[in-house]
Formats: sequence, C-alpha cells, structure tokens
Amino acid sequence: MSKAEKTMDANEAVALVAYALNEVIAIYPITPSSPMGEWADQWASEHRPNLLGTVPLVVEMQSEGGAAGAVHGALQAGSLTTTFTASQGLLLMIPNMYRIAGELTPCVIHVAARSLAVQGLSIFGDQGDVMAARGTGWAMLASNSVQEAADLALIAQSASLESRLPFLHFFDGFRTSHEVARIVPPTPEQMRALIDDDLVRAHRARALSPDRPVLRGAAHNPDVCFQARETANPFYRACPEIVQNMMDRFAQVSGRSYRLFDYFGAADAERVIVLMGSGADAVHETVESLLTRGEKVGVLKVRLFRPFSVEHFLDAVPKTAHTLAVLDRTKEAGGVGEPLYLDVVAAYHESNRGMRPRVVGGRFGLSSKEFTPAMVKAVFDEIKAERPKNHFTVGIRDDVTHTSLDFDPAFSTEDPQTVRAVFYGLGSDGTVGANKNSIKIIGEETDNYVQGYFVYDSKKAGSVTVSHLRFGPRPIRSTYLVSRATFVACHQFPFLDRIDVLAVAEPGATFLLNSPYGPDEVWDRLPRSAQEAIIAKGLRFFVIDAYKVAQSLGMGARINTIMQPCFFALSKVLPQEEAVAAMKKAIVKTYGKRGEAVVQRNCAAIDQALSHLREVRVPQEVSSAVDRRPAVPAEAPEFVRNVTSLMLVGEGDALPVSALPCDGTYPTGTTKWEKRNIATEVPVWDPDVCIQCGKCVLVCPHAVIRGKVYEPEALAGAPETFKSAAARWPEMKGQRYTLQVAPEDCTGCKLCVEVCPAKNKSQVRLKAINMHPLDAIREPERDNWDFFLNIADAPRERLRHDSVKDVQLLEPLFEFSGACAGCGETPYIKLVTQLFGDRMLIANATGCSSIYGGNLPTTPYTTNRQGRGPAWSNSLFEDNAEFGLGMRLALDKQIEYARELLHKHRLEINAGLADVLIDADQSTEAGIEAQRERVARLKARLAAMDPRSSAVADLLALADVLVKKSVWIFGGDGWAYDIGFGGLDHVLASGHNVNVLVLDTEVYSNTGGQMSKATPRGAVAKFAAGGKKSPKKDLALMAMSYGNVYVARIAMGASDTHTLKAIREAEAYPGPSLLIAYSHCVAHGYDMAHGCEQQKAAVQSGHWPLLRYNPELAAEGKNPLQLDSGAPTIPLKKYVYNETRYTMLVQSDPAAAAALLAEAEKDVRTRRKLYEHWASLSAANGNEEVSK
Amino acid sequence: MTDVMIDLTTCYLGKTLCSPLVCSASPLCEDVGALRRMEDAGAGAVVLHSLFEEQIRREGLDLDQYLEQNTDTYAEAVSYFPDMNSYNLGPDGYLEHVRRAKAALGIPVIASLNGCTSGGWTEYAHLIEQAGADALELNVYYLPTDPWRVAADVERQYEDLVRAVKSCLTIPVAVKLSPFFTAPVEFASRLTAAGAEALVLFNRFYQPDFDLEALEVVPSLRLSEPSELLLRLHWTAILYGNVSADLAVTGGVHSGTDALKVMMAGARVAMLTSALLRHGIDHLKKVRAEMVRWMEEHGYTTVREMQGSMSLRSVADPGAYQRANYMKVLRSYALRGAAP
Repeated sequence: MSKAEKTMDANEAVALVAYALNEVIAIYPITPSSPMGEWADQWASEHRPNLLGTVPLVVEMQSEGGAAGAVHGALQAGSLTTTFTASQGLLLMIPNMYRIAGELTPCVIHVAARSLAVQGLSIFGDQGDVMAARGTGWAMLASNSVQEAADLALIAQSASLESRLPFLHFFDGFRTSHEVARIVPPTPEQMRALIDDDLVRAHRARALSPDRPVLRGAAHNPDVCFQARETANPFYRACPEIVQNMMDRFAQVSGRSYRLFDYFGAADAERVIVLMGSGADAVHETVESLLTRGEKVGVLKVRLFRPFSVEHFLDAVPKTAHTLAVLDRTKEAGGVGEPLYLDVVAAYHESNRGMRPRVVGGRFGLSSKEFTPAMVKAVFDEIKAERPKNHFTVGIRDDVTHTSLDFDPAFSTEDPQTVRAVFYGLGSDGTVGANKNSIKIIGEETDNYVQGYFVYDSKKAGSVTVSHLRFGPRPIRSTYLVSRATFVACHQFPFLDRIDVLAVAEPGATFLLNSPYGPDEVWDRLPRSAQEAIIAKGLRFFVIDAYKVAQSLGMGARINTIMQPCFFALSKVLPQEEAVAAMKKAIVKTYGKRGEAVVQRNCAAIDQALSHLREVRVPQEVSSAVDRRPAVPAEAPEFVRNVTSLMLVGEGDALPVSALPCDGTYPTGTTKWEKRNIATEVPVWDPDVCIQCGKCVLVCPHAVIRGKVYEPEALAGAPETFKSAAARWPEMKGQRYTLQVAPEDCTGCKLCVEVCPAKNKSQVRLKAINMHPLDAIREPERDNWDFFLNIADAPRERLRHDSVKDVQLLEPLFEFSGACAGCGETPYIKLVTQLFGDRMLIANATGCSSIYGGNLPTTPYTTNRQGRGPAWSNSLFEDNAEFGLGMRLALDKQIEYARELLHKHRLEINAGLADVLIDADQSTEAGIEAQRERVARLKARLAAMDPRSSAVADLLALADVLVKKSVWIFGGDGWAYDIGFGGLDHVLASGHNVNVLVLDTEVYSNTGGQMSKATPRGAVAKFAAGGKKSPKKDLALMAMSYGNVYVARIAMGASDTHTLKAIREAEAYPGPSLLIAYSHCVAHGYDMAHGCEQQKAAVQSGHWPLLRYNPELAAEGKNPLQLDSGAPTIPLKKYVYNETRYTMLVQSDPAAAAALLAEAEKDVRTRRKLYEHWASLSAANGNEEVSK
Repeated sequence: MTDVMIDLTTCYLGKTLCSPLVCSASPLCEDVGALRRMEDAGAGAVVLHSLFEEQIRREGLDLDQYLEQNTDTYAEAVSYFPDMNSYNLGPDGYLEHVRRAKAALGIPVIASLNGCTSGGWTEYAHLIEQAGADALELNVYYLPTDPWRVAADVERQYEDLVRAVKSCLTIPVAVKLSPFFTAPVEFASRLTAAGAEALVLFNRFYQPDFDLEALEVVPSLRLSEPSELLLRLHWTAILYGNVSADLAVTGGVHSGTDALKVMMAGARVAMLTSALLRHGIDHLKKVRAEMVRWMEEHGYTTVREMQGSMSLRSVADPGAYQRANYMKVLRSYALRGAAP
C-alpha cells in the first residue's frame, strides 16, 4: 500500500475533508452520521488545524434544527460552515435548508442517508431522508463508495463555492458510512487546488456586516415574491456544468475521474439500470459479470441528482438502450413513482432527441435491505421481458400487491481471487474490533484491496455481531454481505445451538471455532446440522479454547487478540511472522497510549493463541443426535412462531410482506419466548440467608428475579430443586415465599448480588443470592422458573404499594428487555409497570428506552393474567412530551364524552350504576378494581340494549376509559434536556395530568455517549472530549419554578423507598409530574454491578440531591419542597473518580480535571444552599424562612 | 546558647544533610509547593511519594477495560467515549514531579519506587535516576500470602531486587523494610552486601479492619502513633554497627525527643510523615526546635556525636535489647548489670 492510502470508513473519510474545509461545524448526534461529528470534535480538541491553518469551531447544538439554525447563522456571518446528519435530523433541518438555498449560500452538509421513521423507526440505510429534502433547492451529490464519499465531499465544497448553491452530499448509511475500505483521501494539496480562495472571500464579502449593512430574508408580499423566487434560475442552470468542471479539475490533480452521470457497461447496451448510492457498485459488479456472458447491459450511476441535468443525463445513456430500470432506494407512497424514476421519465418526455426507451421504476434496499448481484440480475432479466413489471420491488417477497421480482439466490459474481471471511461474535468479546483491526492491517501491510462491514443485532446485551471481510487483488465493489465465505469463524460456541453459522461457508472453506472442547472432543458436541455441513462442504475445521487463554492472561471475556492471530495464521494473507509483527504494531498503535501493561497483555495473547490452535480431524460420519434448538417453543403464540422466530434466528429477510402488520402494530409480551441464555453465571437464592427484603427484585434491570408469596398448597408438584421459605410477612403468616431467577433470561449483571444486604454468617462473601455458573443449573432452574410462573400472584389490593418489600410481589409488566446488562434505566420502568402497568399508556422518546422497549423482534412490555398491560408507542425524539400530552388529551376528552353519555342515558343503563361510574373514587387499587367491575357490568348492560343506537355503540367503545388511566412519558436526558426540552417545558406548564420519567444517564447513551446538557461539569463525553466545561442543567429547579408541577429527583440505588414514594406521589398528583431518575450507564465507564453503590455515592457527594416538590403541600400551607438527602457526607471526587468519564480527563489533562473538579464542587455547594434556602421558605408568602 | 552553635548535619546516602529530619513519603509530597515549605521548615531531605508500578499497570488496564466495555455491540453506539490522543498513564507524571521537585529544592530529593515486576523495578528506577533524583528508596511492600512460599525465597527476592536495581543505577539506594523477618540482622547484612546503601525501618503495612455491621473488610489507614517508635528504636539499636548501610527510622517519629532517640539508636535520619499530616508542615520547625533545645540543655553540639550512642553496642546493658521486654518489666532490678 502506498503512503497515501488509508483504511477507514466513509464517516471518517468525509469528516477529514469537511473538517479541513470548514471553520464552523455545528453538530448533533444521529445514527449513522454521529461519527463524523465525533471525529470533528475530537480533532478540534486536539487542536488540529484545517486547511486555512486554524482550528475549526465545533459546537454541539440541542437538535438538528438547532444545528441547521447555527449553520445558517454562521453562513450569513461569512464562515465556511458544515454539519452532518441523517434521517429525522435532516427533516429537522429542512426549514433552514430552504432559507440557505433561497439566499444562494455556499455550504455543504454531509448526510449518511438513512430511513425515515414511518410504520416503524429504522436506523438503517436508504435514501428516504435525502429524497424528503429534494425540494429544498440544495444541490444533491451522491457518493457510492468510501473513496467517492471522500472525493465528492471535496467536489461538493468547491462546486458550492462557485455555484453559490448549497450542496447536500450523501452516501448510504451504514453500507458506506460504516464500511471500512482502503482509500486515498484527498490531500491538502488537492483540496487547495480545488478551493478557490477568491470564492471563499466572495462568500465572506456577501456576509452580514454592520460595516456594509444589508437586510436579507425580508418578508415578501404577493406582488414580488414569485418573481424573486425565479431570480435564482441562472444559478441552477449553471450548476451542473460547474460540478462537472470541478470533477474534471479533481481528476487532473488526483487521477480519479467522475461524471455527473457515470455510465459503465456495453457501449451498445440494450438494458440499463439507473440508480445512485452504494447499490450502484453492486450493479457495476453484476454488469461486469454479465458482459463476460455477452449480455448487452449497463449501469448509469447518478451523482448529481439536483439540479437534475436532462442534457447530461441523455448524453450519458447509450443510444442503443431500449429499456431503463430506474431504481430508487426510497418509497414515495401514493406517488406515481419514486423521485429518480419520475425525473428519468420526465427527462425523456422533455427530450427532443427522439429517444424513447421504455422506463420502469423499482424500489430496492430500503432500510439496509440487501441488494445483491442476484437481485440486479433479476432486474436485468425482468426488463428483458416484453412487458416488464413497473413499480416493482426487489429484495423482498411481496405476496400482497405482488410487486416483487423473483431472484435466484444462487447467482453470484464474487471474484474467486477475493478472500471472503465471516465472523460470528458476541458484542462484548471484541470480535468486531479485532476484525476492524485485521482489515486495517491487510489494507496497510499488503497490496490487497479490502472491505470490512459489520452487522449488529438489535440487543444491547448479549448481541450477536457478524463481521464480513473481503480482501483481494482486485477492487472490491461488493456492496452486500458475504454469503459465500472462504473462511468462517464462530467466536462463541453456544451460537452453534441457535444460528446456522455454516450456511455462508463455501465448499472447501476453513471453519474456526472458539471451543471449550479440544480437537478430539469437539466433534461430538456439534449440532447435527453443523456436522453435516462440515462433511458435505469438505470444510477444514480448527478449534481454539480462546476463553481459557484469555483467562490465563486476565483478559476476561475479550478474546479479540486471541482469535485474530488464528485468522491470520489460517488465512495466510501474510507470512506468519509478518502477521504477528503487524498485529503487535497495531496493538502498540491502538493501545500504547493506554499503558505498557495493556500492550504486554495483548501481545502475550497473540503469542499464546497460535500455540493453542488445533486442527480437528473431521470424521466422515455424522454422529450427533441433537440439533439447533427451535427459536421459540411450540407453545408460543402463532405470530411469535411464524414471524418473530424467523427474525430471532436471522432469517427475517425471508418473511413475505403478508407476514407483517400493515400499520406497525405488534403484539406485546414477546421477549419471554426468546430464551437468550446470554449469562455465564446467574444468581441463585439461598433461602436460609434471605431476609425477603425485595431489593434484588427491585433493582433487577431485566425482571429476571422475582418474589412470590403463596399458600403452602401451591407447592404441590413442585420440581425437586424448587426452593421456598416461610414468608416473613406478619400479615401473611403460614404462607411460603420463593425468590426465583429466570436463568435463561438473566444477563448476569450481578446488580442483585451487590445490592443484597443479607450475608451468610459463616462466610461473609456469600449473600442471600450468589452467582453460579449457568451451565450447571440451567435445566433445573428452567423448570423451577416455569413452576414459579404458574403460582398465583398475591392479590394486588392486599399488598402495600408503598413498601419495597411488598412491591417485589407485584407482577412486572416489563421483562427481559434487550438493554445492556446492569442497565440503570430499566429498573425504574419495571417498577412503574409493577405499580400502574395494567392501566398505563406510554409515550416513549427515541433513545435507549425506545430501543430496548420497542425494537423488533421482541417486545418487553407484557400483560398480566387479565391481558392488561402497558400500551406503548414512540413518535419521534423531539416531540415526546407533546405526544404523551396528546394521549392525555384524548383520554380526557373520551372520559368526558363517556360521562356525558352515561349522564344522558343513566336511566336506560341503570341510574345507580351510571352515577357511581361517573363519580367513582379510583385513588386506590381497590377503587380501580371496583370500577373495572362496574365497567364490565356497564358493558353487559349495553350489550343488551339496542345496538343501532349510536349512544350505545359509542359508550360501548369508550367504556374502558372510565377506568383510571395513567399516561407516562419516558425518555432520556438527550430528549428532556436538549431536543425535547421546549416541548417538555410546554407540557409541564400545561397543567395536564401526565407523568414524565426522565431516565437521566447524563449523556446521549443510545447514540454512543455524546454530551447532553445533563452531562456534569468535568465529565468527558463525545463532543466534550476535553471534559464538559459548563454545569449540568438543573431541570428539577426549572420545573419547580412553575409551582404547579410535581417534581422529584430520585436515585433507586441511593434510596429505594424514596424512589417508590416519589413515583407513587407523581402518579397520584392530578397535574403534570416530572421524575428525574439517576440512571447509571455503560457510558460512565465502570462495572455496572456497582451501579447502585455509585448512585448512593452520587447522592452522598451532593451531586444528586434527592428531593420532592409537591404542589399539593402548598395547598396545605406547607413548603412544597422537601430535601430528602442531607448535606454531602463524602467529597465529590470520591464519587466521580470511580468513573472513567471523569478519570480519563485526570489521565489526559490533569490540570483541566482539577480545575473542573473544583468548579463542580462549587456547583454542589451553591445548589445545596439554594435548595436549603427554598426548602426553608414559608409556603405562605414564599419569602420568609419558616424557622431558624 | 543559640541555635547556631548546634550542628544538626548528618550524612545519609552519601549526602550531607543539614538536618536529620527527613520528610517521608506522604500525599504532602505530591505538591511541589508543600515540598518547598518542608525545606523552609528545616527538612534535611524529602522522600517523594512512591511510584507504584502496579497502580500504573492497573490504571492502564482499567482504562482499557472501560473504554472497550460495550463497544462494537450495537449499531448506534459502536463506542461510548472519545479516545484521547494520549493519557498520562505511564511514569511520566511522576518523573516530571521528580524533575520539578529537584528544580525547586536545594535539599536532596529521594524518590520512592514500588515495583511489581522485575522489569518494572529496574526500568522505573532508571527513569527516576534520569529525572534527577538524588537517591532512590525501594518501597518493598510485599505480603507473602502464598502458603507454599518459604522465607528464604522471599529474602532472596529482596536481595535479587536490590542487586538488579543497583546494577542499573549510579545514585544510592535505600531499602524500606518490613519488620517481619526471622533473622533481621543477617538479612540486613545480605541486603547491604547486595548494594543497599541505607535501610529504612520500617514500612507500615495498612492493616484492614472489619466493619461488623456490614460484615465487610474495610481498608484502614491510620496515622502512626509515637508508641510505634519503640519497635524501630529497638531494631535500629541492634542493627547499628552490624551493617554498613545507613539506617533511617520511619514510623512513630512525632517529636524532637523521638528524633533524638532515633539518633541515639543509631539512625542517620528520622523520617516524619504522620506528624506532619496531623499537625501541618510547620510542625517540623517545632520538632527541630525541641531537638536543639534538648541538645543545648544537655551539652550536645552535633547530632553525629549522639548517633548510635544508645545502640546495642554502646549501652551498658545490651541484655536490655536482647531479652524479652517482659522479663525486664518483672525483674528489672535483678537484670540490671547481668552479663549479656
């Protein structure tokens, strides 16, 4: 590889160019574009200069709308300005984009194109977002690969300066943004050659300045607005030629040539596919293959989509083409066709060249759906037909409106000289990191072209990762997953039990397995289908016990540097010594700054790995009697069996359109069918030590540890190992108690063990629950769990809902979510569902809680025996408070209408029943239950009445709202403090009865740890690489200022009784309530098992003062503010320096860390004083102290 | 008589110190300003806080663990932290401190090292020397909990360590010892033979306490008490004259009287830590004044003349050092004058 070549993904490549060419960068995190902003922020924090020699100013905004506003302002003030975004973020920028274009302002924004949230949210790639922005007047330039993304980022900037049109430069999210490839980034010299300083100065000269004042953006009246709108036409007409000129200039300096419409294929092509984005490379590869078979085909890659140059387009299409298939990576429901198709149709319609090829449109690749040569060939085959399908889809099976094209999955264009490797790993085992590293080594140490692409599942704990690596002597255009691997590695032995890892193996491939069983033992441990595949495909089979090696080196679960050398040894891409040297060099480069010990340990792993690698002599006979277990049990509901199960085993692509709901509505309660078995150790109960306090049940993030009290008779038929103890409840004497763990759903986080207050008197290391290896107890504990579930729950109305001990007996209606092991958010959600789950609606802001709460395939929200449970929906990130308020308003209106109907028809219904239904006291569990019973009676009565009466039908439809409903608004701090703050503020001020739960992790957790306004001073986060300089926003204080909002700041790990009390008070308060819940998070950087201890330290140090502000107390003449935690008892540093987010600043910039700590200590003192003062004020006049 | 007539100079690790009062390793030594105040208060030398190799290793491994934790797990969050360009994880911070201390002080700066690997000891010792330390104190803090490890092994490990460090240094080396050796005098001789130029008596091991309510073992960090001095006086007096290495006492020196006893037992320097943590750096002035006053009152003009004056070799009744204390307590008169 030459020095100029680098191995990187498109996000980094684009960020490099954008950073070099801009002075102001306004950012906001959104997948999959966040890394561009992160790179920019990091480089700025390292004081890396741009092309002008100055360090760009990188500023994080509160939303993409805010970023767009800041971009607009910076442009108006004359700076070169950019931003990065995707999907919903781009939608939020659209209003400003119209303005920026209308003002003819040079600017480039870079978009990692992503689906828009429609029937469901999707973080994956398609061009729905950029197509939604096509009316803004921005020029739109599409890149199809990592190299192109880097090059066109530069071309866009230079063309924008010359044309004065702003440019939206886009490339496919994930497929391109996250694909690692070997590229040649534009050099500073090339950038200088393309950026005309005079044009930069012209841009500055147009800027607003009081030294040459102008007014821009005036409100226009009907007399001139239209004409003014047409003034820009010359700029749009000139733009395509300017872009082409820039492409030509770039070709002169770089040798890489681009056209507005790049054609590849037969000069006399009859069939041509027109498209843009990464799919173009897959078509290119297919065309290459079909050309060798004599087919007259070609591909037209659209680069400049806006302004669409009809002339350039027509010039580019071979005159011989009789059919064009125009593929759009978007869907415009209700339109005649998708945008690119319509443009092409219009282009021919407007043409006077006499060319009238047939044009058909099709959709492909929505939300990162695979787009393979097999699908491309299906398109070419289809347009060969006399009457090809129009408005087709490809890549799915549409059995509803029959739009889809069939394709032959066996068709392949893979280059035999390209090595193709697939690795199955666990999120936490380092597989992806190792493969990124390997592909970098191969890219940088050999002459091979490389490609690395990584697929993750939808869980945050125990997630399966699949790495797809290609490398070889020819350029790689395979923008699709490896389906014919010459090397397959399975880094987790248990995967064999649930995933068909060998499906991708080509005959003669190499199979590497991380196995606790050695070469002589492993064969008999394989599932039957794996044995069959190994024999049938003639695979070479190798094993290594990577965990044993890792353990001996103290590496825990990370086996990256053990598996990586095995791959190098087996793939022989480099001579072994060179490979080892390169890996060690990479280790020093990556980990050197983290200390010698880290380097030594990883190097030792490389040295030891190879000596543990063994080849397995493959028998000729299949011997195993067992096979992969079914994804879900036979007793699962039909939808789960037929639909969910396929998604669970990674075969969701095979589901036809008819299998899926038409409106995004899915059944709840489906996580329980997915037995993930991701823990290696699970807690086991010791009834003799247990004091039955319920703390473990409360903190369990996954609801896998539960308590029940029941009559002794319920033990009849219990499995032999089922444990119970005499219930320690005075009012439930004679009953039995069991604390049971769901072994196959547990993530092994150990929070429960850490929080357990009971210790074994003989061995204090043991508690009432202790971790045990899962393998040894899986079967009996699975039976015990099933038995436990069938024991009846204690009646809710007989339990004290204000006691943690009793609350453990309330059934959770949120279970087994895909949240991180040890998550600090989910215990709050679970508790809320225990208390109110059977009557709650949830509006959930986009973020972690919407992902673990509502990401397919399975749903953790579930139902009780009566079939009641939380009803959940996610609208957007920014609008969640308003979304929840809407739910409240609808319910309030429906209740009012139902009451009106009851009142109106009270005599026909039954006056007594109607009156009680209207006035029922539902402040207690018993009151609610009584109302449910009345509603049932009402329904029975209505059923007997005249069904033709609209009043009867309406009341029947609305009857259920007469039972008190609880509206909850869930979201993280990114939503509540930043993007959704305006809405939240308005909803709190509205006075309506909604309950807001802010799961405050003090950082944007879901997108990977970017700073929010909840981030504390001194903490390091992405976008705050130098430690956050400003203090955490006091959301509680702001909400309290309204006076009519119930506010509580809670931390379950510090005080579970306080948390419980506050949640109950918030729900009972008849107005808006705001609960701000301290949520420990993996983004804080410590072992989550200690999450509760850290919560306690947060409170003790004064960082997180517990409080409740109850407006109802004011009505009683009391001060509404109650400070529930005392003055700090430990220094702040004793809390903060347990967490990497703080210590990494100490390690990287000790002086800054010390200064910020001192400021943060001052924050604690100041806030304490303020609270104490407020809490001591007289409620009567608000300005006198109650007593001294 | 005035202070001027009293000569407090002593010789330790080949350096002439203006005073036998040395500030020993403590958190106070992490601040150059505090070190300056120690010099101003009359310290003869300072021993910096230790560079802990294990801590450096642990911090690096911890940082790595938590930066990598949960990375590449989920498509939206392939990492959770920015990875900085560099971390101040290695010995650089400590070495810089040595450099700054040297630049700021006129008195000798003795660095302190606690290693955990043979390579670490020598590498860091070498770096400390390069940073300008006048001498190095090896803070050997080893708890032999392995039931199969024999005493001879442990002692050999100490010797090997001293030899290895000495082989790569030109500055003098002191070894801070634990009080738990079966034959301390012979062992001290071997350490001296291995190259130790001074022995520091004794390291204070932090002994964990029990929290009975929580049923937890809790780390306990207690400042030393003057009563702890007796053990050190005892062994200093015994070692004096039996080993060629300089002797230093640390642990229990709180007053001028304590320091005088230390001198008389045979030490070249008396090290203070807890007293300064408890009473502040200026306490050093008080200790020094007490020493001077006592010496004036008792006609001593130099500390050198009192060094070793009450060692095993110099006292009338060496048996007092050799017999168990309780015998003296029970029959002290009978023992007086008895043959050694």
